[in-house]
Amino acid sequence: MFGPIIAKPGSSRKNKTGSWRIESKPKFLQSNCIACKLCILICPEGCIEGSQKNTFHCDFDYCKGCGNCASICPKQDIVMVKQE
Amino acid sequence: MSELQVKSLFASGHTACAGCGQSIAARLVINAAGSNTIIANNTGCLEVFTTKYPESAWRVPWVHSLFENAAAVASGIEAALIFQGKKDKISVIAQAGDGGTADIGMQALSGIWERKHDVLAICYDNEAYENTGIQRSGLTPYGASTTTSPSGAQSFGNPKLKKPMPEIANAHGIAYVATASVGFPQDLQRKVKKALSIKGPKYLQIHVPCPLGWGYPSSLTYQIAKLAVGTGLYPLIEYENGMLIGVRKISSKSVEEYLKPQRRFRHIINNPDELAKIQEIANNNIKKYNLVAEGN
Repeated sequence: MFGPIIAKPGSSRKNKTGSWRIESKPKFLQSNCIACKLCILICPEGCIEGSQKNTFHCDFDYCKGCGNCASICPKQDIVMVKQE
Repeated sequence: MSELQVKSLFASGHTACAGCGQSIAARLVINAAGSNTIIANNTGCLEVFTTKYPESAWRVPWVHSLFENAAAVASGIEAALIFQGKKDKISVIAQAGDGGTADIGMQALSGIWERKHDVLAICYDNEAYENTGIQRSGLTPYGASTTTSPSGAQSFGNPKLKKPMPEIANAHGIAYVATASVGFPQDLQRKVKKALSIKGPKYLQIHVPCPLGWGYPSSLTYQIAKLAVGTGLYPLIEYENGMLIGVRKISSKSVEEYLKPQRRFRHIINNPDELAKIQEIANNNIKKYNLVAEGN
């Protein structure tokens, strides 16, 4: 291989890494949320969205179920539930 | 495409392990740096999991060449931008893991610091060569069991202390040197923005826990990163032109709290002598940087 390989920006979105989830997944209770956005900052997949209080949710196409959003939430408004 | 995906310069669908600290840090860094950024990346986990052929998670220009030369590539990019008259508008980042920074990429990195290139060098410090199977690096902490420093009847894990990279960076007389952690995401992003606002060479070392290599459940990445700082083992410090301008104050927890959830320190927990040695490392940091807040 003698030249550069150029990939399309952001094309990793083709990989639906949500299929990796095996044990648990986050449940956004949307009841005590203060819109601090810490869950957005800590999510390794960058798949959490929301702007106003109690509107935050994640894209299960990409969530690997690591649980750090539940760990960082200062209001315990995200809980990990069993993956069915 | 949703609002978030438009804003984020680091796309979902990368192939890092669940709970990967490095993927958290990489996204925080590039989103703080903004779209007018060019990245040169050393070989390592970050390169592999963000650019699985033929895809890329990056939404900024991103270059990978070799394990050791991201800093050299970045200095070339900077020179080209100066020639084109674009350097004031575009930031250049040279990033690597701890092996690519402290061991393999050290000479190119020392070169950009010595030649005073306007480049931000970032070290994602997961404290071993995690990508190739958890071999020890110059930034592996004392006592950690890795595949090349295994704990056993004759060994307590890695016998060496972490290479003092912030001090080595400072010895080059560079403009800005800081450490950050994914346990403090807002502080991390503030340091990236501050570093990029300063002209000249900069060094930012980010502590990024690795669930696979360190042996802890993926949900603990955030907590473990916080504990590393909270025990004094990973002091968050900030230097401008060699002067210490800020440290994050802590309440000084016992190092055992940090070590206990990690398989790489399992052999230390029931060994009071080794535990005391690691506590002493934390105590020395606390003393050196005056980490403990008054009233604690």
